[in-house]
Amino acid sequence: MESDKVKLPRVPLSQRPEWSDVTPVPQDDGPSPVVPIAYKEEFVETMDYFRAVYLADERSARALRLTAEVIGLNAGNYTVWHFRRSILEALDADLNDELDYIENIARSNSKNYQIWHHRRWVAEKLGTDSARKELEFTKKIFSIDAKHYHAWSHRQWVLLALGGWEDELGYCQQLLEEDIFNNSAWNQRFFVITKSPLLGGLEVMRESEVSYTVEAILTYPENESPWRYLRGLYKGDTQSWVNDAQVWSVCLKVLNAKNNCLFALSTLLDLLCHGLQPNQEINDAVDALKPSGQDQSDSDLVKTVCSILEHIDPIRANYWKWRKSKLPSAT
Amino acid sequence: MGELATEKHVQYILSVEKRKDDFISVAMEYLRMNGAYWGLTTLDLLGKLDAIDVDEVVSWIMKCQHESGGFGGNIGHDPHILYTLSAVQVLALFDKLNVLDVEKVTNYIAGLQNEDGSFSGDEWGEVDTRFSYIAICCLSILHHLNKINVEKAVSYIVSCKNLDGGFGCTPGGESHAGQIFCCVGALAITGSLHHIDKDLLGWWLCERQVKAGGLNGRPEKLPDVCYSWWVLSSLIMIDRVHWISKEKLVKFILDCQDTENGGISDRPDDAVDVYHTYFGVAGLSLLEYPGLKAIDPAYALPVDVVNKIFFGR
Ligand SMILES: [Zn+2]
Repeated sequence: MESDKVKLPRVPLSQRPEWSDVTPVPQDDGPSPVVPIAYKEEFVETMDYFRAVYLADERSARALRLTAEVIGLNAGNYTVWHFRRSILEALDADLNDELDYIENIARSNSKNYQIWHHRRWVAEKLGTDSARKELEFTKKIFSIDAKHYHAWSHRQWVLLALGGWEDELGYCQQLLEEDIFNNSAWNQRFFVITKSPLLGGLEVMRESEVSYTVEAILTYPENESPWRYLRGLYKGDTQSWVNDAQVWSVCLKVLNAKNNCLFALSTLLDLLCHGLQPNQEINDAVDALKPSGQDQSDSDLVKTVCSILEHIDPIRANYWKWRKSKLPSAT
Repeated sequence: MGELATEKHVQYILSVEKRKDDFISVAMEYLRMNGAYWGLTTLDLLGKLDAIDVDEVVSWIMKCQHESGGFGGNIGHDPHILYTLSAVQVLALFDKLNVLDVEKVTNYIAGLQNEDGSFSGDEWGEVDTRFSYIAICCLSILHHLNKINVEKAVSYIVSCKNLDGGFGCTPGGESHAGQIFCCVGALAITGSLHHIDKDLLGWWLCERQVKAGGLNGRPEKLPDVCYSWWVLSSLIMIDRVHWISKEKLVKFILDCQDTENGGISDRPDDAVDVYHTYFGVAGLSLLEYPGLKAIDPAYALPVDVVNKIFFGR
């Protein structure tokens, strides 16, 4: 990703007039360290000069440029980022430039904690005016990696601290249209409907969200995320979840299609354990899924569901056996 | 199925010291304290910690400590809670916690707790449930949990619980196996596991096992050896580890070994590193692989080390 930039050969700091007054300070590794390291020349020299300005607490423009050189060599170093913030404050630097700088660095180091922390520090200083820019920035990251954990964390912080909720549900929608399996987008969707000051909260949103989720499930019943989301929509209200015909009917539809039934069966199992009274259709649909040669083994529906799950999901057979063993004794 | 190439892994860990002109290790300078923890804990689990000169390690560690009480990732680097835990863990491995000024270290950690119960990683204030775990684990090892508001710390962690039973980095953050380990570990250490819906979380965690036997950290992500640790240890702490297929997971980890030069990678045929070597060996230890020392799922230290800390034997 850096290939479009022409890299000029590096002039050693020792040969730059700007730095002639500074004596570099070498790293003290102790006598014989645990993981002794053969330092690359350029890295060693840059760090030695950095140590010198850091120890002298020199908060100058050239020190700011030097921190950028150090970060270019190793963006994971906490100390450098700290010092950079002190310098930015001391120089009263234009923090919009800093955002551009971070965006450049993030291109090759987007999984680095320090970069995100630094970005948050800058955005916080800039205040609500930076909300739009921050949302755009994370959008760019998601166009490359839609499940980027740091970027999602940053985006949630931006929404809570700086605002910008207006298009957030639409954005989740867009991401899910691109990839309905994107669990991060489902998580964000839940975040929006429960936390957005513009939407009225979970109960207000439930009806429309249930329809959306049911549709997503019917398209890909093997998709773990919408099943969990559906359950989440009834958070703190298990009775509504058991009673809502939309929930058991989506299970029924998937079972009748006889394909990718794992989450439908596991949801049905949960529903039955919470008191759902199964109708004949459900009974028939489950019966039809019984593995052959196992017809008479289970005395009731809920045990049959467990047996089928054990059969179709052998890697977690012990989990399903345990679920079966926890069932109240046969009615 | 292949076997654990114990001798090769020991050689690999020891050889990381001698590697020349390796830019990765240069870039690792700032987190050398973490590297020391990963490497030395692996050696201990493999029963080869005696290959290390204890005094050298201890004196290097103490040189990384700051006036504040916190430790840096290397000599001359700023203190951070991440490195402070690693420093304390390595000292515990060698039964050398007595070299610490415990008041100083624990004051540093306690000072990082925020009003809402969360913890910052350092004076700059990045907040993350990882830091809650680190603070709680570290203070517990040093017998000073009373220096923080445990109740608030616990309620902050609980506020990060999601609809799937898992935990994220901050309230509303997506469930992620690494964060779940931190939150479950912190709750286990503080005796607060009752805040977890064990069956719901256990089901989410065992769903992380993919057909190939490995574990991923989030739905629809690739399996990776490091999640063997995060997912497994969490499952053990909530007493649900029998829900996954242990045999398949053992095979996946063993398939990630470099049987020629030692070390373990994230996935079969990738390049090895100390980090994944540690997580692979630690995962196998949790799976009771023969010949390995047992590791404690909450403290991430060998069980005999933990016993010495809490029972003096
Ligand atoms: Zn990994």
